[in-house]
Amino acid sequence: MSNKKRVPAIDGWLDMNESDPHLLGYLDEQSGTYFFPKDVSVSAAPGFADAPRKEVALSNRGRLWSYTTNHYKPPEPYVSPEPFEPYTVAAVELTKERMVVLGQLADGIDPTSIEVGQEMQLVLATLYEDDENEYVVWKWKPVGA
Amino acid sequence: MGKNDVAILGAGMHPWGKWGRNFVEYGVVAIKDAIKDAGIEWKDVDFVVGGDTMRNGYPGYVAGATFAKAMGWTGIPIASCYAACATGAHAIEIARTRILAGMAEVVVVVGADTTPKGFLAPNKGERTLDPDWLRFRLLGATNPTYFGLYAQRRMDLYGATEQDFARVKVKNSRHGLTNPYARYQKVFTEEEVLASPLVSAPLRLFEICATSDGGAALVLTSMEYAKKRGIQNPVRVSGVSTVSPTFPNTVIDMPDFSTDSAAGISAPDRTFKDSIAWAAYQDAGLGPEDVDLAEVYDLSSALELDWYENIGLCKPGDAEKLLRDGDTEIGGRIPVNASGGLGCFGEAVPAQAIAQVCELTWQLRGQAGERQVEGAKVGITANQGLFGHGSSVICTR
Repeated sequence: MSNKKRVPAIDGWLDMNESDPHLLGYLDEQSGTYFFPKDVSVSAAPGFADAPRKEVALSNRGRLWSYTTNHYKPPEPYVSPEPFEPYTVAAVELTKERMVVLGQLADGIDPTSIEVGQEMQLVLATLYEDDENEYVVWKWKPVGA
Repeated sequence: MGKNDVAILGAGMHPWGKWGRNFVEYGVVAIKDAIKDAGIEWKDVDFVVGGDTMRNGYPGYVAGATFAKAMGWTGIPIASCYAACATGAHAIEIARTRILAGMAEVVVVVGADTTPKGFLAPNKGERTLDPDWLRFRLLGATNPTYFGLYAQRRMDLYGATEQDFARVKVKNSRHGLTNPYARYQKVFTEEEVLASPLVSAPLRLFEICATSDGGAALVLTSMEYAKKRGIQNPVRVSGVSTVSPTFPNTVIDMPDFSTDSAAGISAPDRTFKDSIAWAAYQDAGLGPEDVDLAEVYDLSSALELDWYENIGLCKPGDAEKLLRDGDTEIGGRIPVNASGGLGCFGEAVPAQAIAQVCELTWQLRGQAGERQVEGAKVGITANQGLFGHGSSVICTR
């Protein structure tokens, strides 16, 4: 492990619990609706736009909805390793929240070994780093992998 | 004749390509062609709607004014609109409703774009409240990433194969071969497509639409105006859909990180993409069984298969069969993307949904040359733009 400080790549989206991490979303208890990300471009439940929303930790397990591996370097603001390495984006359906959440597939998982429907869990992983910090995001990995 | 019909008197396009010139030039060429096709003059036009482009500075944000000025100010009212990939259909809807309200008689609808090379990228800056910026930063989720997710799901759910996806590209390349407005007029083989590099697996380079320069325009008029001009049986716009999703939208859409949650309120009977064409059918008083041809948004080859189901040509999971049986080729039961589609054009965002309607216009007039769908009377377009923009246009004759 390096001595760099581990900081979230974006504030307020992750609880940064290294052993049992969760995404942080909102719950509107009146309509029973969850939201993620909390404040960015989410649809309210119609009729409940004014309902109070409280911060909750979302389930950190779900089922794989689909996945794709990118073989070309995306444009900025993606911070790519040099040389570029292909990476996989996975879509995972949280059972309790009944919502699909995107995340990269955890490092070291072979994308040809996963299939739609299998159980996945959330992990914290470094997205990129600079001289002082490691910038951390959530990623998905198969349960038990 | 339907109560919401408006006439399409003119259609015009500037060829798609990577010309690198001012987008205004392409739009003006398209307008001039559409006006000539309609047999009218610029001074006869009493309303202009421009589809905006986001990548060409201020003139692009006020496209209605930009094109009216380029053609010569005549003092007429103008409108500009933006709905991502669905921009053109939204512009058509603004024109149609104005005509149906009796507030305009002869309307020019136009969209044109000049695009940068490579992936469409978000605007610059540290934009931590812009989901379009965040998805690139935190996920590396390019547009083809979403297309790849849909394609992989078709494989795992319905048994789609890489060959199926390649076959869509091959079909469309044959269709667009002689289309003078298409950017790529070349027949691809399945082997060539499958030998092209993976972009967002399982999708390959030749299966993902390019970004193009291009322009398209229509002259829409009231049915009375067409009659006055002695045109008894014009091609008509008979239905338009510009629907947004119904909560909860349970299929992941660009540029989102997540779907809506269906934990509290159950998902609607129709997915967003299913609701797009459905609304157009309702508007036109027609159904999928009436359709002779379709122009759908093949941002990827695999996405064309999703559209077969979304516009009601077949049940979910049956699109591969439709393709393999040749039903969606010219000469088949229901040709799809006779123009060559985005596979042959690449995408010129604000022009594309208008270009789809240009193609239907020529097809329903019987002027589509070697790509003519014989006896076509009813056509449908379908398209979806990011941030919840659906669009579908039904044309009849």
